[in-house]
Amino acid sequence: MSANTGLTNQQREFRWAMVFMSPWIVGFLVFMAGPMLWSLWLSFTDYDPLRANTAFVGLDNYRELLVDPEVRTSLWNTVFFTVFYVPGTIASGLALALLLQRVGRAVGFFRTAFYLPNITPAVAVGALFLLLLNGRDGLVNQALRAIGLPGPSWLNDPAWIKPGVILMMLWSVGSTVIIYLAALQNVPRDLYEAAEVDGAGAWHKFRYITLPMISGAIFFTLIINTIASLQLFTEVYAMFFGGQESGAAGQAALFYVIYLFRNAFEFFAMGYASALAWVLFVVIGIITVIQVKTSKRWVYYEGD
Amino acid sequence: MAVQPAPRSLVPSVSRPEAVVDTTTPDGFGPGRVMRKAVFVVALVAVTALFVYPLIWLLSASLKPPAEVFSSDFIGSEVRWDNYTRLFQMAPILTWGWNSLVVTLLGATAVTFSSAMVAFAFSYFRFRYRDGLFLLVLATMMLPGAVLMIPQFLIWDGLGLNNTLYPLWAGNLFGSAFYIFMLRQFLLTLPRELFEAARVDGAGYFRLWWNIALPLTRSALIVVFLFELKVLWTDLVRPLIFLRDVQLFTLPRGLKAIIDNPAIGGQQQWELLAAGSVLVTLPMVVLFFIFQRYFTEGIATTGSTGR
Repeated sequence: MSANTGLTNQQREFRWAMVFMSPWIVGFLVFMAGPMLWSLWLSFTDYDPLRANTAFVGLDNYRELLVDPEVRTSLWNTVFFTVFYVPGTIASGLALALLLQRVGRAVGFFRTAFYLPNITPAVAVGALFLLLLNGRDGLVNQALRAIGLPGPSWLNDPAWIKPGVILMMLWSVGSTVIIYLAALQNVPRDLYEAAEVDGAGAWHKFRYITLPMISGAIFFTLIINTIASLQLFTEVYAMFFGGQESGAAGQAALFYVIYLFRNAFEFFAMGYASALAWVLFVVIGIITVIQVKTSKRWVYYEGD
Repeated sequence: MAVQPAPRSLVPSVSRPEAVVDTTTPDGFGPGRVMRKAVFVVALVAVTALFVYPLIWLLSASLKPPAEVFSSDFIGSEVRWDNYTRLFQMAPILTWGWNSLVVTLLGATAVTFSSAMVAFAFSYFRFRYRDGLFLLVLATMMLPGAVLMIPQFLIWDGLGLNNTLYPLWAGNLFGSAFYIFMLRQFLLTLPRELFEAARVDGAGYFRLWWNIALPLTRSALIVVFLFELKVLWTDLVRPLIFLRDVQLFTLPRGLKAIIDNPAIGGQQQWELLAAGSVLVTLPMVVLFFIFQRYFTEGIATTGSTGR
């Protein structure tokens, strides 16, 4: 401390604050701000790590992605997935949380059980669903046939690949359930008691007490699940890409980030892939802003 | 994350059974109530099976003779432990497991201490631009990982560390916004007098952090460490990007190789694929059961596991 004698207290504090901050500042500059700017620059070039020359191509990459049929396919697949998966996971998460809420003392056991899929590594989830969704003998189709339904060819029929992927991702609804469960526990009991005095039925209590009181949690899951859906990658890539030729699945399971990844690390079109990445970044930013702005209309925070 | 009302503390247990609100209407006794109870129990068991049974089935499939993997019998005509021995002989599973262990432990340790350092800077010190900087930290949580993939690859490649294990964990030396946020919230609950008293006794800032802040945030640090263990153990993206050499693969990358290569599993030798999946999953399940309390507290207060 003797080395610091020329400094005022405030200056010394500031220096130490910067010492403690330094890991993040370095990380931010080297692994975030720098890379962001670099990838923005790359998106205006035809950079390919396997080629010696890199040319500045202006907006060509962005123009190309507007007409690239695979961009259209992957966007369509991603939107399709998001539109079904996000409401699906919110609805089923809420239903399961309401179910668990009635369990009482044993709730911890069930919460753990519901969460197991979330701690299963994504690549293992992919492998597991290659088995479960096997068109001929998979467990899912065995169950469907047992109740007299035809089992579709989940992994080969382009029409059934995305529903299969949605099913697989819904298996991990447990984290959403836990968030809702925690929110439900914070709903003041006396609200329900007051409503009961007024003769409110179960539906009324759910609609006018439970739902508004946990709207913050629902909003939160809406945002994180939407952002995660738009970046769907690991499970699907593990199942359909990277190894054996994917055939029909190559189109039906081509999600946006998978196409981005293939461009960057399989075709080494890193300039083009950077443009794809920036479009994704802007889209996610816009969706987040829209969701935050509109939330004021339907999210109730205590104390507002 | 920024829109979420800030979680104030990780301590209050979310598992208090008495806190569970029972919204069932008290409708007396009688057959109606019994019926309803029965429907409830059946529904509960059915949905629980949906989450648990596939994993149990996976374990059972990994121990079956090849021809019986898909049979509905829970246990095959014989228990084939040698599915695992075969897999160990055909693929360098031990090497992969060791690589995973190294990456996971180094990365989780690094991110815990570096994030705790930065969180301490944000909670204890008062300096200009602090709140602006903190907003910047929060803003970086919104950065989609997919956007950073390419330039980060180029950075590690430029450092000559492509096809090594470093890119899988060394970025953790610089803290992670999600954990910085979490630990700061936790540190803010500590009374400032604790630190001031130590200052009066002549303790330096490093000692404040090491001897006071760290011990008192122990449970939050454990949550961070466990979350990051899970993030790193399950990661496939970085190994896909950075590892070429089969001997450098982590277990998830190894499982991807098993999926892709019919010689060591693929979509033909299903029992090997199942065995590989069990090997990647089991350590996480064990970890989860041992440290369940920390996981559930962390998830409920932060809304997710890991960054």
